[in-house]
Formats: sequence, structure tokens, C-alpha cells
Amino acid sequence: MSQKIAHPKAWLFVLPVVLLVAFNAIIPLMTVVNYSVQETFGNNLFFWEGVRWFQDVLRSERYQASLMRQLTFTGIILLIEIPLGVAIALSMPRKGPWVSVCLVLMALPLLIPWNVVGAMWNIFSLPDIGLLGRTLNGLGFDYDYTQGPLAAWFTVILMDVWHWTSLVVLLAYAGLSSIPQPYYHAAKIDGASTWAIIRYIELPKMKRVLAIAILLRFMDSFMIYTEPFVLTGGGPGNTTTFLSIDLVKVALGQFDLGPAAAMSLIYFLIILLLSWLFYTLIMRNEQQ
Amino acid sequence: MKRYKWAVPTLYIFFLMLPIYWLLNMSFKTTNEILGSFTLWPQKFTFENYITIFTDPVWYSGYINSLSYVMFNTAISVTVALPAAYAFSRYRFMGDKHLFFWLLTNRMAPPAVFALPFFQLYSAVNLFDTYIAVALAHALFNVPLAVWILEGFMSGVPKELDETAFVDGYSFPRFFLKIFIPAILAGIGVAAFFTFMFSWVELLLAKTLTAVDAKPIAAVMTRTASSSGYELGLLAAAGSLTIIPGAVVIYFVRNYIAKGFALGRV
Repeated sequence: MSQKIAHPKAWLFVLPVVLLVAFNAIIPLMTVVNYSVQETFGNNLFFWEGVRWFQDVLRSERYQASLMRQLTFTGIILLIEIPLGVAIALSMPRKGPWVSVCLVLMALPLLIPWNVVGAMWNIFSLPDIGLLGRTLNGLGFDYDYTQGPLAAWFTVILMDVWHWTSLVVLLAYAGLSSIPQPYYHAAKIDGASTWAIIRYIELPKMKRVLAIAILLRFMDSFMIYTEPFVLTGGGPGNTTTFLSIDLVKVALGQFDLGPAAAMSLIYFLIILLLSWLFYTLIMRNEQQ
Repeated sequence: MKRYKWAVPTLYIFFLMLPIYWLLNMSFKTTNEILGSFTLWPQKFTFENYITIFTDPVWYSGYINSLSYVMFNTAISVTVALPAAYAFSRYRFMGDKHLFFWLLTNRMAPPAVFALPFFQLYSAVNLFDTYIAVALAHALFNVPLAVWILEGFMSGVPKELDETAFVDGYSFPRFFLKIFIPAILAGIGVAAFFTFMFSWVELLLAKTLTAVDAKPIAAVMTRTASSSGYELGLLAAAGSLTIIPGAVVIYFVRNYIAKGFALGRV
């Protein structure tokens, strides 16, 4: 890695990627910036508004509430999925025919279209004919995710755990498989306990992939739209309206271009900032 | 404690399979049975829901549309990412690190932010409602991902391979196609797997960029769910069928998934 050749023509290799991504990223982003500082009454007439939309959005209670819900949701699913994923990866077989079976079955939820995930959990949780809803009600809980905010949150979080824990498992497992056998032999000779092996050999080796897992889960859960939208539609009331759901409501539903654009930019900046923080932390860790 | 270790993955897989089983269960039931009673398996087993899907062009063309843009997206993403990843792994050039990070920021872009501007952009270039529009739009997050994965794999290939080939008189294109690509075939497989996956599961952009002709299966499903009332059986059958392409793809790359994550820094 260290002795790369300086090669000015390398830009030619990168050009197709840059053109394709720039077409998709820069033009739309400029459109958003353009809308965010103007007011329109249709007919392609625009008026300069300065930073009014940004002030409005930052002050609006609605946006703050969505942001709070988003942060709570992301926090909860990270707290559940990361430890659970590591625990499952640690107890998986390291070799033999069962490895493939486990990996294929676990990867399955990752490849189901997101709206199907929502529809599937919708059917699964219906209080009268869904397996989960029926069972919970049979056990004496008053469970209806279309009525109770608590039930809705419970279902959305359970769905996300079902959907994405496997990604953490796969990453953690990849980190574990890269540990050379001699490490374990040495630990055995020293008479190390199972816990000591986990604490001093396995967890440190998983640090890098775990950082990547946290980064990916953070980014993707922060952008979540389709699954909760299909499952609860953001309800009951607004209780499961996360940032993306709120944004689509404003942009495509009410067609309020200015506020939607300002909201988009703030949203994107928050993700970028937090991801950049994670990224630099990972890189610094790697260099040590 | 060690003897019961297998119980953890087993229970987890059981939990994963429950909603999938319930979907399959519903897909083989008649509407009457679904609405009239609670049954753990179909009492009157029926293929009717699946027959409807395979005979109604609105339904099956949804699958064809989805698969078209997913495959087109996978092809272009991996093709343009190959030379770029090679440049990032082998050469130093002006702005390389910044460029790499800029590419990654696009993986962090929420599709909800891009939905409206994409709609206007692709309408302006007359690509709205074609599978090409969706494939190009998905390139926004898939190309950076493919570059990231391939760069990881390429950095694992020793430089001596390139140098020996050039000494032996290979031209660059011949070296790249004949020697280098076969050497990182596993990486290409993993990159193709992930680009396929993220394009297949995404709905918001695919739905925004299509109206009639290129409508993806997922959008056909949401329309059916809202317009024709409670056709749960049909919806369940359509959902079950969307699991198949993913399952096939996982089966082919099962031996590389774990390795790809470790090497490819996904």
C-alpha cells in the first residue's frame, strides 16, 4: 500500500466513475441548493428567500420531533443489533458443512426488497390473523400496532432487528475467521478461559469490522424509509414518522419545495458530519 | 456451556424464518381462509395466487422490469468501478484521497433527499419511466460501494503480478483482461453481489422514477395493496416470489460472503 506509483494519467481510470457519480450527485444536489433559497408559487417563477427556509426548518417543532425520533430509533437498534450480532457470530461453528447453511439462511433477510419486508411484518403482526399479533394477544398483551404507539415502536424495532442483525453477524464472523489458528493454540497452552479468549483475542480482532458495522448500521438506519412506511405509514399519529418519511411527505406530498430542500440539506449534513466522525475515528484506530 | 453453543444460531435462524414462513403460509391460502380464520398452515391449499401473478402481465412485467434495471445497474457499476479501483489501489495521483472520500459520501446520501431532483433530472433528459433511469440512479450509491470493495480485493493482490506481466511484454489492456481480472474474480463476485442486493431492495427511487412502462414489482405490490382492498393472498405470493432472486444469488456466492466482508472492507 505504501509504495504507490505517482501516475498523473490515473485520472483517466477514474474518469468514468467520476462522470457517472457527478451526474447523479452534483446536478441534483445543486437543484436542492437552488430550491432551498427560493420561494415559488408555481409556473416556474422563483423569488429569492435567502436563509428563511433554513431558519424555519431549524425552528420547527415538527422537524425537531422527527429528528428526536430518528436519533432514538437509531440509538436503540444499534444497542440491540451490535451486541446481539457479535454474540451470534461468536457462537457460530467455525468450520464444517453447517457454516454455509447458517450463512445462507442468515443472509436471506438482507436480500428481500424493503417494501416486502414491511408488508411481511405487516401480515405477521396483524392482531387478528398475524402469528405475532395473535400470539401476543393470546398471552394477554393488548397489542395492536396500528393503535398503540408503544406497540408500533416495538414492531418497527423488532422488524429492524430481524432485517439487519445478520449484517452485523456476517461482518463479525468475517473478522473472527481471519484469526489464525495458532492464536487459539497458544491460548489453550496458557490455559486461558473462554471469556479471556473472547476478551483478549476475538474482540480486538473484530474491532475494525465492528467499526464498519456500526458505521453502516448508523448510516442506513438514519435513512430508513420504506420499511416503517409500509408497516405503519408513520403512525399511529406521527409516532413513527422518521426523518425520511417526514421529508417525503413535505417534498412529494405537499410539494413545498423550499422547506423540503432546506430540510434535505440539513439532514444530509447531519449524516455526513456523524459519518465523517466515525470514519476518522476508524482510520485513527487503524493507524495505531 | 460449550455444548449448547449451537442453540444460539439455531434460535436466531428460527426467529428469522418465522415471518418468512408466515408469508409463504398466507400465499397458499384462499382469501376466504385468510379473512375467516386463524390457521397455522393452509387448510385448503391453493396455487391460485401464483397463477394470477404468472398470467397477468401487470404482475409479471413488474418482475421483468425490476430484474432489468438491477442487472443493468450491476453491469455498469462493476464495469466502471474496475479501472477506478485499480487506480486507487496502485497509483498515487492528485486528489486521490479526497476523491475516494467524496465517492463514499454518496453512499451516505439518503434516497429521500434525491427523490425529487432525480425525478426532474431524468424527466429533463427524457429517460423518465425507463429501466435505464433507475439503473443510473442506483449507480449513485452502488458505484462507490463497488469501488470500495474492489479496491480492497485489488490491494490484496501483490504488485509483483503487474510488474512481471509488463516485463513479459503484456500491454496494459491485455494484462488487465487476461491476468488481473481472473486474479480478482472472487472480488468481482462479491462486488456484483452487493450491487445486485442494494439495487434489488431499493424502492423509493425506483418508484419515483417510473410510472407505467418500467414499474418495478415492488411498486406494483404497493398499488395492489392500496387499490384493490384486502388481497393479502396475492400480496403474500408476490412477496414470496421476490425472495427467490436473492436466495439464488446468495447460494452462488455463499463461500465468498464472509471472505468478501473481511477483504473488501464493506
